Amino acid sequence: MEWIALANPSRFLGLAERLLPWLVGATALAFAAGLYAAFFVAPEDYQQGQTVRIMFIHVPGAWLGMLGWAIMSVAALGTLVWRHPLADVAQKTAAPLGAAFTFVCLITGALWGRPMWGTYWVWDARLTSVLVLFLMYLGLIALWRAIEDPSRAARAAAVLTLVGAINLPIIKFSVDWWNTLHQPASLLRLGTPTIHPAILVPLLIMVVAFTLLFFTLYVSAMRNEILRRRVRTLRLLQAQAARGF
Amino acid sequence: MRLSGSELECVRGGKKVFSGIGFETKGGEALLLLGPNGAGKSSLLRIVAGLLKPAAGRLELSGADPDRSLAEHAHYLGHLDPLKCALSAMENLRFWTRFLGGEPGRKPADALGAVGLEQLSDLPAGYLSAGQRRRLSIARLLALTRPIWLLDEPLSALDAGGQNLLRDVMDRHLADGGLILAATHAPLGLEGARELHLGEAT
Amino acid sequence: MTALAALLVRDMRLAVRVGGGALMGVLFFLLVVTMVPFGVGPDLKLLARIGPAILWIGALLATLFGLDRLLAADHDDGSLDLILMSRAPLELAVATKAIAHWLTTGLPLVIAAPLLGIFLNIDGPAIAVVALALLVGTPALTFIGLIGAALAVALERGGLLLPVLVLPLTVPVLVFGISAGDAAMAHAAPFGPAFLILVALTLMSVVVGPFAAAAVLRHGLD
Repeated sequence: MEWIALANPSRFLGLAERLLPWLVGATALAFAAGLYAAFFVAPEDYQQGQTVRIMFIHVPGAWLGMLGWAIMSVAALGTLVWRHPLADVAQKTAAPLGAAFTFVCLITGALWGRPMWGTYWVWDARLTSVLVLFLMYLGLIALWRAIEDPSRAARAAAVLTLVGAINLPIIKFSVDWWNTLHQPASLLRLGTPTIHPAILVPLLIMVVAFTLLFFTLYVSAMRNEILRRRVRTLRLLQAQAARGF
Repeated sequence: MRLSGSELECVRGGKKVFSGIGFETKGGEALLLLGPNGAGKSSLLRIVAGLLKPAAGRLELSGADPDRSLAEHAHYLGHLDPLKCALSAMENLRFWTRFLGGEPGRKPADALGAVGLEQLSDLPAGYLSAGQRRRLSIARLLALTRPIWLLDEPLSALDAGGQNLLRDVMDRHLADGGLILAATHAPLGLEGARELHLGEAT
Repeated sequence: MTALAALLVRDMRLAVRVGGGALMGVLFFLLVVTMVPFGVGPDLKLLARIGPAILWIGALLATLFGLDRLLAADHDDGSLDLILMSRAPLELAVATKAIAHWLTTGLPLVIAAPLLGIFLNIDGPAIAVVALALLVGTPALTFIGLIGAALAVALERGGLLLPVLVLPLTVPVLVFGISAGDAAMAHAAPFGPAFLILVALTLMSVVVGPFAAAAVLRHGLD
């Protein structure tokens, strides 16, 4: 099968049906392995104790937040350059998923920091960057909801996504700079536990597991969105058919 | 019921659109407002509807509920069709019948059926064409009974079927003792309608 | 269902279904709160000190920016004409719209405020007082903003005109609202007096707002 044939929404539906059971299975296996490794193989941190295990959710969350925007950017190119309807769907469905994982990253970051800093939130460089990313996701989702026509919405969102993609490194850089400007005491620094193999391997397994989860949800969401668009088209046709009175 | 206006003057944007206009009409009668663009047909309708204040002159309504204003006895069908795209046709119609107040007319479902929109009643109004929106506005006239109908270019946006529908609806309203004031360019086909010609455009 | 209840239900349905829904206001609120540390630095003590003020200003801006379409949307599609011809008094109709707006925009802001208080490092009891003050004070912001919404229709202009007109009128609400929060934080003074004045301001605006807005709509639409 040619790759380009996948881009047809109907063919994609067929592919999704066949793919989903495998994805679900792979995700379950990866999580089983990952959770076992995270809890029983990785040692606790000499400074932070058991709470360091939050990292196994926090880091995948951050990674998937960024992956989500990267996927949207590629899809955005598909929308603007090739005008493919599947690209529209790919863009739209990645947004809530990326936002959700970014949110997980923020929440776990707050929970992780509470025992150490005494508060749920500090404005350090990393957390603030992730917060800005989260806000950009929310803005993008609001844009999708604001425009009724799906292809117009896709084109507007594509432009914003690409602008965001260009801006994200700049934002990260400026937030880092802002943080060094205002650096008061160094006790605000989020101490990264040193990554040695005993933690690295479980971490990688969890990243893989979460990534598989992302794609399972993603394929499923894309299928739903395609069906949703079909319902909309049917309603439009219904309105048109009733015109001959 | 009698509706009359005397010495009505309208000023818009500093210019006098018309002055010294008077008319008299009673239940069961239709009065057509004719004249070129800019003559003030729409303005006169809006004055009767209470949406525009006349610079001079008076309106009088007799044989009606004295506790209610003239506007509360009237239906206004203007250039725009007041409906919200995010609500279904039925939700829009139900809202207006509940909010505007007055004698209930047909049930909303029957009113939608009478204008041919029964299959689209649950569709978001944003999907409707211009003609279908116009019919939804006509359904409003059927679902809520008010004696005076103020219609501004009512045939616009309607296809032949829609225009026939509107004519039937208007005939029935007049037969029931209702009153119609209509601004129009095209002939409405109402038997025995009187005419009021508004002046040349300035 | 009575006329005003029908209007309330309709407006709330629309607020939830159209555009970003009720959460746009909350998103904007969150954004304003996020911007401030970029300006003043991440010092948690400083943020806690100015926290109530940031929350109030954020809530105020979020409320105002959602108000300019409140009446303009009805004007644009001709609904306002019919509202003027309804048996329900215009004052009550615009008041009902304002209530719907507060329920779908103002109340979510109040609910979001404690979470945003965490971002600003405001301590627990103070967050409760600020949230309570917002609960009582945001209706005042909506009803004062209603006057601006009516003016925006009558003048057929949107943009920044509405905030420019309305912001000065909201100063008393801000003063007493923030003061209640500050008092709770510093434990220096009981927050009661400021709070009661806030309640009085809200009650006043609930009456004055609709009457002024209705007057503007009636006389300004010619």
